[in-house]
Amino acid sequence: MKLAEESFLTDDFLRQLINVGEVDILVGLPTHNNAKTIGSIVHAIQSDILRCFPRERAVIINADGGSRDGTPELVTGASIDDVRPASNPYALRTLHSISTRYATSPSSGVALRTILAAAELLRAKACVVMSPESANIESEWLSKLLRPIHRDGFDLVTPTYGRHKFEGLLITNLLYPMVRALYGVRIREAYSLEFGFSGRLGSQFLGQNVWNDGADGAGVELRFTLAAITGGYRICQSFLGDKDHIERRGADLVPALRQTVGTLFSAVEADFPVWSSVAGSQPVPTTGADQKVLLEPVRVNRKRLREMFSTGVAELDSVFQSILSPSTLAELRRIARLEEAEFHYPAELWVRTVYEFAASYRKSVISRDHIIQALAPLFRGRVFTFVTENRNASADDVENNVEGLCLEFEQLKPYLLQIWKSRE
Amino acid sequence: MQEMIISELSQALHQLARGFAHFLPRLIVMLILTFLGWVIAYVVKVVLRSILSLIKFDKLSEKAGASQLLTKAALPSATEMLSRFVFWVVWLGFILLGVSVLGIPGLQEQVARFFLFLPRLFVAMFIMFFGLLAAGFFSRAALLAAVNANVPSPQVLSLAVRSIIIVFVLSIVFEELGLAEQTMLVAFGIVFGALMLGLAIAFGMGGRDLAQRFLEKRFVRGKKEENEDELSPL
Repeated sequence: MKLAEESFLTDDFLRQLINVGEVDILVGLPTHNNAKTIGSIVHAIQSDILRCFPRERAVIINADGGSRDGTPELVTGASIDDVRPASNPYALRTLHSISTRYATSPSSGVALRTILAAAELLRAKACVVMSPESANIESEWLSKLLRPIHRDGFDLVTPTYGRHKFEGLLITNLLYPMVRALYGVRIREAYSLEFGFSGRLGSQFLGQNVWNDGADGAGVELRFTLAAITGGYRICQSFLGDKDHIERRGADLVPALRQTVGTLFSAVEADFPVWSSVAGSQPVPTTGADQKVLLEPVRVNRKRLREMFSTGVAELDSVFQSILSPSTLAELRRIARLEEAEFHYPAELWVRTVYEFAASYRKSVISRDHIIQALAPLFRGRVFTFVTENRNASADDVENNVEGLCLEFEQLKPYLLQIWKSRE
Repeated sequence: MQEMIISELSQALHQLARGFAHFLPRLIVMLILTFLGWVIAYVVKVVLRSILSLIKFDKLSEKAGASQLLTKAALPSATEMLSRFVFWVVWLGFILLGVSVLGIPGLQEQVARFFLFLPRLFVAMFIMFFGLLAAGFFSRAALLAAVNANVPSPQVLSLAVRSIIIVFVLSIVFEELGLAEQTMLVAFGIVFGALMLGLAIAFGMGGRDLAQRFLEKRFVRGKKEENEDELSPL
């Protein structure tokens, strides 16, 4: 067994890994105080492994960030006998569950690094990372993420979900269109807490020099996806089902922007030689539905969204002067003065805004974290327009609107290239 | 009698001529030093201006907020200001060196004091610049946190943070320069108290969400979400 990461992993964890030996399948579970949901998630994983991969050597690796509610004990103590079907004659292998505490406070970057290091040491062929926050995980999720790697030779499987039309608007209005326009790959969920990957992709990413330049923290999952794209690995998507995560709120917008947009802007800077030569975009193979849009009515405080946009534009004028071009800023000032009924943040202006933010991020015109924070009020304005436009829209209409925004991002890519090189 | 007057007069004239003969070389040395100082100061100014332009000092100054202050006061750019300042300091140094060569009693002591004061002046300028940089950074951080937390009058909060830091920096600068030390001591006490208050507000703003979540988890079981009508961004 290769002990490449012995200085990073604890001795106790290494001993546990040595006891496990080589495996075919590795399931990574990064946790932090997830006692409420972890039991059902572990059972779903065990059940799916027994049902779909009964002859494979498998291990569940729990990388815990200092839980105080007994989460690691729940993972290691979950008995496979509870889920073993009595009639299954092929469940021959021992399913190991081991846990390690990598730190006393959670860090998704360190958790993923721990899982990747374990996967490399155990020479796992196919790996999956599962989110401990999935409140409605189904037993097929694991096999849907694993099978394309194990059977079809893909290197990365990202999920697609059934989502409410107003859920995940940062993904539909920025992350998906921008990744698609820049990298030329139509991956719906480039930032996901659930994904499958091959051992070789895991080893390649583990060896990259990204762990000391900010990737150690939040957003490393997005970096992983972008590394797979730029590395030319085989990527596919798999439809898992409806997404329902606990403890997700609109109030978490700034941290969410840091995790996703901050990571993307940072990666875009490093990947310039790759994306600058990409034109258009290509779909990726998808198992199941490409996207499912749920339409139940939800309450949205649109008035608050518009107010926070207008206040932001007025109060942060000096900040925006450093980031945006005079014409974009003038247009934002104009729409910020509009009444609620007339308010409209057009897709073209939104794309220009995002691209100018990306270029300013690269130039570090002010603190990079301040640039990301300054995007929050503008994003709220865009959300207002998206919600208004799609209030009574069908699933197809919503899809068409998202597609239109994606095309706008692709069409304006030359503008990004122009300001990327010229803005001082 | 007449002879005596002529003798005294010629003696005085001789003394004056002798004194002038002694003084003239010193004066010439002083003039040479002054001219040489001007040339060196000019070269230093040109070189410094080029270096500052190369490292985009004006951009840094803009970030620190120093450029805005200069513009409001109708002064040239930060690069030009610093170049001119260094020019005058170098030239003045040479002029004073020249004056000391003249050997005028009292002046030499003043010249020595000036040269002892120079390091303190540069340290004070250094503190002032980075103080302005810190003031710009923290006031913007407070502004962004306040806007994103939907706090009323975010500009006022930002201005308060900026003012407190600038006053604090100024008190250190005056202390470094040795000006009005007693006044500064009292002012420091007042400003320090005000600064702590400002920091408490800034910390409260920045960690509001964290503190809220912590307190909710600790003390309020099953509290209904106030932002239930907000959308999940991810």
